[in-house]
Amino acid sequence: MSAPIAAGAPVPPGPTVLILGAASAIARAVAGEFARRGYALLLAGRDGEELDRLAADLSLRYGVKAQGRTFDALAFDTHPAFVEACRETSQDSLAGAVLCFGYLGDQAAAQKDPVEAKRILDTNLVGAVSILGLLANHFEEKRKGFLCALSSVAGDRGRQSNYVYGAAKAGLTVFLQGLRNRLHPSGVAVTTIKPGFVDTQMTYGRPGLFLVASPQAAAKRIVEAALKGEDQAYVPRFWWPVMLLIRLIPEKLFKRMRL
Amino acid sequence: MSLPGRPATPGPEPSAVRPLSGWGRFPVETCRIFRPEKPAALSAILDSGAEPSYIARGLGRSYGDASLNGGGGVISFERLNRMIAFDPATDVLECEAGVSLAEILDCFLPRGYFLPVTPGTKFVTLGGAIAHDVHGKNHHRVGTISNFVLDFRLRTAQGEVLTCSREQNSEAFWATVGGAGLTGLVLSARLRLQRVETAHVLVDFLKVAHLEEAIDAMEKSDHLYEFSVAWIDCLARGRALGRSVLMRANPAKRSDLPKGTGDPLSPRRRSERSVPLDFPAGLLNKFTVGAFNSLFYGLHRTASGRLADIDGFFYPLDSIRDWNRMYGRRGFVQYQLAFPPETSRAGLAEILERVSASGRGSFLGVLKRFGNATAGLLSFPFPGYTLALDLPVSDGLVPFLAGLDALVLSHGGRLYLAKDAVMAPETFAAMYPRLDEFREVRARLDPKNTLSSSLARRVGILPA
Repeated sequence: MSAPIAAGAPVPPGPTVLILGAASAIARAVAGEFARRGYALLLAGRDGEELDRLAADLSLRYGVKAQGRTFDALAFDTHPAFVEACRETSQDSLAGAVLCFGYLGDQAAAQKDPVEAKRILDTNLVGAVSILGLLANHFEEKRKGFLCALSSVAGDRGRQSNYVYGAAKAGLTVFLQGLRNRLHPSGVAVTTIKPGFVDTQMTYGRPGLFLVASPQAAAKRIVEAALKGEDQAYVPRFWWPVMLLIRLIPEKLFKRMRL
Repeated sequence: MSLPGRPATPGPEPSAVRPLSGWGRFPVETCRIFRPEKPAALSAILDSGAEPSYIARGLGRSYGDASLNGGGGVISFERLNRMIAFDPATDVLECEAGVSLAEILDCFLPRGYFLPVTPGTKFVTLGGAIAHDVHGKNHHRVGTISNFVLDFRLRTAQGEVLTCSREQNSEAFWATVGGAGLTGLVLSARLRLQRVETAHVLVDFLKVAHLEEAIDAMEKSDHLYEFSVAWIDCLARGRALGRSVLMRANPAKRSDLPKGTGDPLSPRRRSERSVPLDFPAGLLNKFTVGAFNSLFYGLHRTASGRLADIDGFFYPLDSIRDWNRMYGRRGFVQYQLAFPPETSRAGLAEILERVSASGRGSFLGVLKRFGNATAGLLSFPFPGYTLALDLPVSDGLVPFLAGLDALVLSHGGRLYLAKDAVMAPETFAAMYPRLDEFREVRARLDPKNTLSSSLARRVGILPA
């Protein structure tokens, strides 16, 4: 952990972590956790103004270099230029990237309207595949670095309440498996994160939730898993046995359940 | 059962309806709580008009109902906590209102900056500190926190964002400072920090046998100390009425630290303890609390130049998480009053006599001499003395406090809105002579009473 440096002193150059979808509560906490460990940060997302505020906050709190950069997961054709720009901005010091963006969407709407279903798949799967693929090429060439992406326990088994989102996340999980397999010889780690309930906008005020993790606690675990190069991490850890049980329920029975 | 990845309820912003209380856990009221993560979401919440009114809430450390809005909306600022800028040339920090004093200390104490004013807990937000114009152990020297607030951005209920300072929108500034969140939502503020050489203070302890001696000592020598406070035994009676331990301190210099201390700006790390459950009713009674107070008084000795770190001296209770649970399920009221100099001795003696005679167990109270008042229309401190004591909620507490209120009023005293849970509207109006001015400024900023709180309605700032 690096101590905050004296206010106003020049910031030493250091390894940079790119956060994709940096404005969410989990992403903010993940960025804070990297900053606490002395990493510089590139914060990417749609809301440039908000990213600038978050970057200023990280710089002040941890004395690291942080800056915002606009990024739209759905604007696939802009992704190559975005990766190139990140490389330049970080003076080719990218240590890794964490993909935090996602779109839960509205399952009921997605059942009626293919446009909503497509948006869910495009954001969570196609957008992720596009940007992660480009970043994978970059790190493979460098023969070092890490990729970490927030998938979901929703991708572990299809359920009536969110199967479009679940399908997208399941696709992402499989994509990450393949990427991990491909990048292993290059020494680039690929980490799949499967968060359970985290205290965010997505969960706030919803009844029936249990053992909700704070974004800070989740972030700590995510960053630890990414830096250690773990293959897969349920966050918090107890979601692993929970999801194991859920995956083990026979389909004959599962299809009758309301989950 | 529900699994992750299900949509939240539709609406402008997710919200939770649940019983809510202040730090004293009395009263408890059901409110709809919003917790925006970006300042822009505030407009969506207020403009939706889904609730009859809204009040901002920080970390919920006001004791009574200042951050409650029974049957209405509460906007939590917990996640509006970005630090915005720091200027080392002027020591001025700008941050969003939800930044806590603890976060400021974590970030800036290692760089040699302390808070210019701090209440007895660091778990309050900057917005909350402004809304109650908080004071600390250096009030006799420097006054309240507003003296160090250069300006803030206030989002009015009408949607305007005003920059308020002593020069610009000064009426809104002085109404907001101490205005209990009723003038608008403070989005961000600029605060001048205080440079320090170390994270320690040098404390002089002075044990005094009774109230008169405590006041004499403060009159005579408070001016020698940057920080001054007394722990007072509110259960002692007779000749020992008001026996106290004065704890007065000045910032420690680097040269005051023993060799080998390590980083002078790093406070000692403490293991955090917590109160895991509500204590049973009746555990705190005049015997147990009396014994604790006697032990506390008995164990302290007059001594000078004792080194203490900032956490130990300023925030002794912050190391015990959920200490409010000690008072049991029914909660407690923190009763904090101020008397002007001319009535302080008589007023404090009468209050202490009533409390000790009632046997309503109160751990050590806090006695402190106040310095000059600020121009905040509803700011609490004025020159004189302030006394704060914790009283567990039990049968008959409310009428007992009404009796104390009358006594405070008869001595020209007043009560603190950040602590109050029971005061009547007539009492409040009599204690705060600038209330009508406040109402006028407030009405201009929020003509539709979009902002309101349980406190505001109870003490009659706003119609019920």
